[in-house]
Amino acid sequence: MITPCLTVVRPGLFATIQDLGRFGHQELGMPVAGALDPIALRLANALVGNPPGAAGVEVVLLGPALKVEADGVRVAVVGPMALSVEREGQPPQPLEPHRSHTLTRGDVLKLGAVSGAAVAYLAVAGGFALEPFLGSLSTYVRAGIGPLGGKPLGDGGRLPLNRNDAPPGADVELPEPPDYGGGPVRVVLGPQDDRFTAEAVQTFLSADYRVGKDADRMGLRLDGPTLAHTGSADIPSDGLVTGSIQVPGNGQPILLLNDHQTAGGYAKIATVISADLPRVGRLSPGGTLSFRAVTVEEAEAIRRRQEQTIAAWVRAIRPVRPAGGVDLEALYAENLVSGVVDIVNGNGDILNRENMCGSCP
Amino acid sequence: MDVRFTTAGDTAFNVEFGEGIDRPTNARVMALHARLKAAALPGLVETVPTFRSLQVVYDPALTSRSEVQAAVEAELAHAADAPLEGTLWRLPVCYDPDLGPDLAELSASLGLSEDRLIDLHGSTEYFVYMLGFMPGFAYMGDLPPELEKPRRSEPRLRVPAGSVATAGRLTTVYPWESPGGWHLIGRCPVPLYDGARPSPVLLAAGDRVRFEAVDRARFDSLTAEAATGRFDPDTLRAAP
Repeated sequence: MITPCLTVVRPGLFATIQDLGRFGHQELGMPVAGALDPIALRLANALVGNPPGAAGVEVVLLGPALKVEADGVRVAVVGPMALSVEREGQPPQPLEPHRSHTLTRGDVLKLGAVSGAAVAYLAVAGGFALEPFLGSLSTYVRAGIGPLGGKPLGDGGRLPLNRNDAPPGADVELPEPPDYGGGPVRVVLGPQDDRFTAEAVQTFLSADYRVGKDADRMGLRLDGPTLAHTGSADIPSDGLVTGSIQVPGNGQPILLLNDHQTAGGYAKIATVISADLPRVGRLSPGGTLSFRAVTVEEAEAIRRRQEQTIAAWVRAIRPVRPAGGVDLEALYAENLVSGVVDIVNGNGDILNRENMCGSCP
Repeated sequence: MDVRFTTAGDTAFNVEFGEGIDRPTNARVMALHARLKAAALPGLVETVPTFRSLQVVYDPALTSRSEVQAAVEAELAHAADAPLEGTLWRLPVCYDPDLGPDLAELSASLGLSEDRLIDLHGSTEYFVYMLGFMPGFAYMGDLPPELEKPRRSEPRLRVPAGSVATAGRLTTVYPWESPGGWHLIGRCPVPLYDGARPSPVLLAAGDRVRFEAVDRARFDSLTAEAATGRFDPDTLRAAP
């Protein structure tokens, strides 16, 4: 039998396979990579019954078209994205994000433009049958590391599937698209805020910055007021994390994202807190942001509350309700399916696996 | 200098042992790195050694800064400063001018003959302070002071993989084709990164390296051997 797969009919702009990151090998200079918006990936996985750290397709700006070469597949897209399905002999049919869809052989899933955020995620029930490298399925394109030869999805490529059919049960949905909140992006000052003038720190925390055109998975160049160092901008190279804000000699900050190099030699004024990384991961050129300082303890409390919110979103996943009115079939299905969902939550499976991954940024 | 903790958000902090790039400071970094690797603290994701500091990465969904720092301080009290005895590697390098396009310019600006520059580069046992920039990129010191020269003012957009290069008091071998501003003085035919190996990166922080000059014929045959995947990097380990 031919391996079940999704065939890439059209690759989109820059779609890569990502999980929650390749941790544990930065001492080799190996970047972490991983999903720019880990919350969206976790929710997409929850919608198809996968563990939260399963790899999905990260879509940047414009998505691919994928043909189902399996008896069936259940998919879910999380992110503000237009999508549709084309079935042979039928006109294209729009699909909603933030829910699962059960597709059958020959269907072509078309992921369109991402609006208002740079990224969206596609998860498939059972995950992709791809070989992890150093424990992860994240793609790091600069060095060709990860599945599919470390490249973005290409024309005619194939995404092999672990399942040949959709799992039993009805399709499910998130009641609401996830709301990440707004306001200034929260940072913890340091590790080298003492290498900037007091005025520069003040400016950094009060100015508006715009994401420049040099923005990719490695980082965002921010346009705004320049930040003065007290001395040299250079330090002996030390470790970087996703969210590090380094400031080279020209005084223009660079916010590092998931494909950041493991170490760098520019002074870092501040670091974005982990709870706000999904927000900055969704920024694209032209987007604006400002910063507010919190302590490490505050950042930890914010992250704990966020984990509770994500858990509540996962618990709220329910069978899809047809538009308008009560539907007996849906009610019936809800009894069955919410039971399944409760079992998954009730024995802590989703939550425990979440914790076990140990790699949540 | 006392140990200093600096903060990198709510997922990491740095343990700084000094300000400069020197062996005693780096030995303290490596000693704590080894200690924490063995301790496998709950919620600790990984530790990343750099020249003068150790980055400690943790999962804030599982633990907290104060818990991890307390555990690190406890390990610090027991970490020995004895320098690590990493592997000693003998890396072949061909210094032909077309493989080391900056050799002439660098030797002229340093007031040395090309032969003298090559001799000096090969006369030292280098220490791998850290890896970074790209997978397998090793920052090695210490270059003889006669060879010290800051990075090129105009970085190259494409440095060929295998290029042997210097900058300041450091030397390296580029594992990938990449941009780079170091002075290119030769080429190493041995791949420093190979995804097919169990550990894809040849050099580790704490290892030592000796460069051994080879002629063009030897360079070509080693390059051909490496291209077929038959080259065994273990043959580059110096006898203990």
